[in-house]
Amino acid sequence: MPKESSRREFIKRSTKGAAVGGVAAATVPAAAAESAPKPLKTAHTHQSTSICPYCAVGCSVVVHTLGDKARNVKPAIVHIEGDPDSPINRGTLCPKGASLEEFVQSDRRLTTVQYRAPGSREWTRITWAEAMTKMARRIKDSRDNGFEATDAQGRTVNRLGNVAMIGGCTDTNEINYLLSKFRFGLGLLSYENQSRL
Amino acid sequence: MTNGWTDVSNADVVLVMGGNPAENHPVGFRFVMEAKRLRKAKIVCIDPRFTRTAAVSDLYVPIRSGTDIAFLGGLIHYALTENKYQRKYVEQHTNASFLIAEGFGFSEGHFSGWKDGKYDKATWQYELDGQGYAKVDPTLEHPRCVFQLMKTHYSRYTPDVVANICGCTAEEFLKAAAMITIAAAEDKSGTVLYALGWTHHSFAVQLIHAAAMVQLLMGNIGMPGGGVNAQRGHANIQGSTDMGSWNNLPGYLKIPRANQGTLAEYLKSNTPKALRPNSLNYWGNTPKFMTSLLKAYYGPHATAANGYGYEWIPKVAEGADHSWGTFFDEMHAGKMDGLISFGMNPVANGPNTPKMIRALSKLKWLIVAENFETETAAFWRAKELADKEYPQSLKAEDIQTEVFLLPAACFAEKDGAFVNSSRWLQWKEAAVDPPGDARRDQEIIADLFLAVRALYEKEGGKSPEPVLNMQWNYAKPHVPTLREVAREVNGVDLETGKQLNGFGELKDDGSTSCGNWVYSGSWTELGNQMARRGQVDPTGLGLYPEWAWSWPANRRILYNRASADDQGKPWDGTRAPIRWNGKRWGGDTPDYKADASPDSMAAFIMLPEGVARLFAPDLVEGPFPEHYEPAESPVDNALHPNANANPMLKTYKSDMDAFGTAKDFPFVAITYRLTEHFHYWTKHTSSSSELQSNFFVEVPEELATEKGIVSGTKVRVSSARGDLEGPALVTKRLRTLKVSGRKVYQIGLPIHWGFVGKVHGPLINKLTPSAYDPNCGTPEYKGFLVNLEKIG
Repeated sequence: MPKESSRREFIKRSTKGAAVGGVAAATVPAAAAESAPKPLKTAHTHQSTSICPYCAVGCSVVVHTLGDKARNVKPAIVHIEGDPDSPINRGTLCPKGASLEEFVQSDRRLTTVQYRAPGSREWTRITWAEAMTKMARRIKDSRDNGFEATDAQGRTVNRLGNVAMIGGCTDTNEINYLLSKFRFGLGLLSYENQSRL
Repeated sequence: MTNGWTDVSNADVVLVMGGNPAENHPVGFRFVMEAKRLRKAKIVCIDPRFTRTAAVSDLYVPIRSGTDIAFLGGLIHYALTENKYQRKYVEQHTNASFLIAEGFGFSEGHFSGWKDGKYDKATWQYELDGQGYAKVDPTLEHPRCVFQLMKTHYSRYTPDVVANICGCTAEEFLKAAAMITIAAAEDKSGTVLYALGWTHHSFAVQLIHAAAMVQLLMGNIGMPGGGVNAQRGHANIQGSTDMGSWNNLPGYLKIPRANQGTLAEYLKSNTPKALRPNSLNYWGNTPKFMTSLLKAYYGPHATAANGYGYEWIPKVAEGADHSWGTFFDEMHAGKMDGLISFGMNPVANGPNTPKMIRALSKLKWLIVAENFETETAAFWRAKELADKEYPQSLKAEDIQTEVFLLPAACFAEKDGAFVNSSRWLQWKEAAVDPPGDARRDQEIIADLFLAVRALYEKEGGKSPEPVLNMQWNYAKPHVPTLREVAREVNGVDLETGKQLNGFGELKDDGSTSCGNWVYSGSWTELGNQMARRGQVDPTGLGLYPEWAWSWPANRRILYNRASADDQGKPWDGTRAPIRWNGKRWGGDTPDYKADASPDSMAAFIMLPEGVARLFAPDLVEGPFPEHYEPAESPVDNALHPNANANPMLKTYKSDMDAFGTAKDFPFVAITYRLTEHFHYWTKHTSSSSELQSNFFVEVPEELATEKGIVSGTKVRVSSARGDLEGPALVTKRLRTLKVSGRKVYQIGLPIHWGFVGKVHGPLINKLTPSAYDPNCGTPEYKGFLVNLEKIG
């Protein structure tokens, strides 16, 4: 679970800060207050624990976000660091792990559904609904064409030979399990992940 | 890994071979340095390239890429002839004493039974007694016992033969052998760390088998600081392996074959029988695992009367395979309609890039869910973006493939569990929402599946039952939570509705469901065990049993029963992972029945033999690993020139599957990763792109001098598949090797670039061949042939 304590600490600290601020305003000149060092950007963050998505050492990371909880604010990641509690990495990270924030917030992240029509020279943006309708139709048509309920010897084989599926190694067990239900629902056999590459 | 990262610090000897953890698993490598600091462990690094791992090792030996089995075969020979193996362990815990059928042998590069390009394995089998148990000779003297056959088989692997094949000197080999076999002492442990340097070969599985044999001879399996440890290259490559592939269902249950038409027939073929009277043979529980999986898949539709829905699981034709090389070859032949890719990039990571691009251009449709626009999503732009590099690619106008590129959430935007290479299932939290219209993969999968199902409900169609009967009973079917899924995977008692405590509670009567039996115990009535953050370490061995959850059964060291002798006395009393107190085993979760006395059954409970296999008849090219040359090799096989490459080598015959010879392509090429990049992803992030912005070609000094190349000179590297260009990096790291009396040069090629991203460069797999391991289908990315020319 996300650490509720940090939220509570945040409130406590803010309240205390306001009270002290109230007193300070009366006694400290404005210029001195402005020159006081700013708190660390991670001082008021919400912390979530996560695992580095790169190699398989499995380093734990702490993802610091600002702006959550308030209903009208989208949380944003301000920092990702190694988790000192992990017996594997004890807070350390390699150069790739240390720059994970850039991976999450890369300006190359895909944020829209893109479609390339047959023979087209370009991507066009479509909605999820359009994409789902089209993709489901393609899958259904291919399955109806390629599904083999029985083989030449009349044995029940219920297999689909003309659609392949790959992936999963970049995602969680649970996603992999859902992919297995998806592929066995279709009857798809040609299925591989990065473990063979 | 049989053991785990934190356990590596228990080693007395660390053999790093086929991997480079200092650069590619830097944080994991700290446990190697801990072993060195705390136990004065010796580090032995065997690698074609002098890596940063080599730089901190006690001994580095260079070898020619693809000759690791010769080196390990030499170690087996050395251990047996110099009496540097743990005799009691071998007697008690391996199949060394098992008798093999009459007629088994090896000559001219082939095992017995070789005929017309195929093996008949009749002579590779155990000799059985009247009750179906394997006959044994505990003295290991019988001429047909595994121990004697092994001794004979490896008698050819003398230090001189090893040196001649591998390209090191016999002295270097002997130094390494002396250091590695320190672990033969009962109170010493040695670990083996490997990665893709071992698996990217056309004999990868046999290579790992050879390593396992060495570790068994040293008595290192089941020991802290021991084991055979794959470091693995993706965050959840272990989990995706655990969840199945073309030939496996979740939990390493085999996908049915067409001749296994009913559940009863499937279970009969796939449930092993004990091969010794004292073998627990845990896979005897296969009916419980399989029935519970079918209940998880088909829910109320799975009944005893319909074999729990077994008929809806697809059946593979006998002899057929649907591995990577095969279905991309079928795609290339125009036999495939569509491909769905969740987070994979075949144009970059499949062998023979031009063939991958051409194969995709023959699809009717392609669906890609990704964080970034990858080369696979953009394959139809290859001509536009990198015409010079991919001249065989078609113009976009001539490619009729319809492409859907779906923006998917990244790791920090989803919860769920990754399994690291230590088999630890570590739960992560979702920190933020995906950006823009990007969606979490579980929602994409659910929407797509339910949309297809809705079409079958509305229109009917071909065999709708498998689609309609797959259980999808999440609280919000279009938005399943990964918590719901994780609970389903763990398994449920369908009578009480309670989460199962572990796979010991599974039943074969339909009263339990379980999505993956090896994960059972990961989410019990006590909650999510994968999210645990406990710091305790009761054994003092760095096993951290309350941090996350390890499959199976939270066991941290596999085969740990073998850390003690057959009476239960630990080989090393100072670091026993489990101990027998007269009533129960304590310490790590025992790989044994928890309350069974040490002498009541054999140690390897997962194998029908009850002991580990030195002799492994289930592999396709032989029960013992043998040195074969890579599919493309600069020399003839010194052991048997008439059987050069793996006799069972898997290749394909399309017009794009060319192979070269040393006449045109005289140099051995290896591919590798750099510390600053992750695979083909980090060319989309700033710092990695800045730290390693450019592709380069690592050229050995002597070859560079011959060709007038200095660092920075532009060179062309070509193979039978294509060519690429880049600046040379002249290096001492790739030593000139002497192989079969001649000089062999090796060329180093880092992999991380492509035609989309913040930085661009050639895709290395443009050069690699469609040559695959016949057991598991890994391609040969190490040890293929190239030519090198100076062009700048």
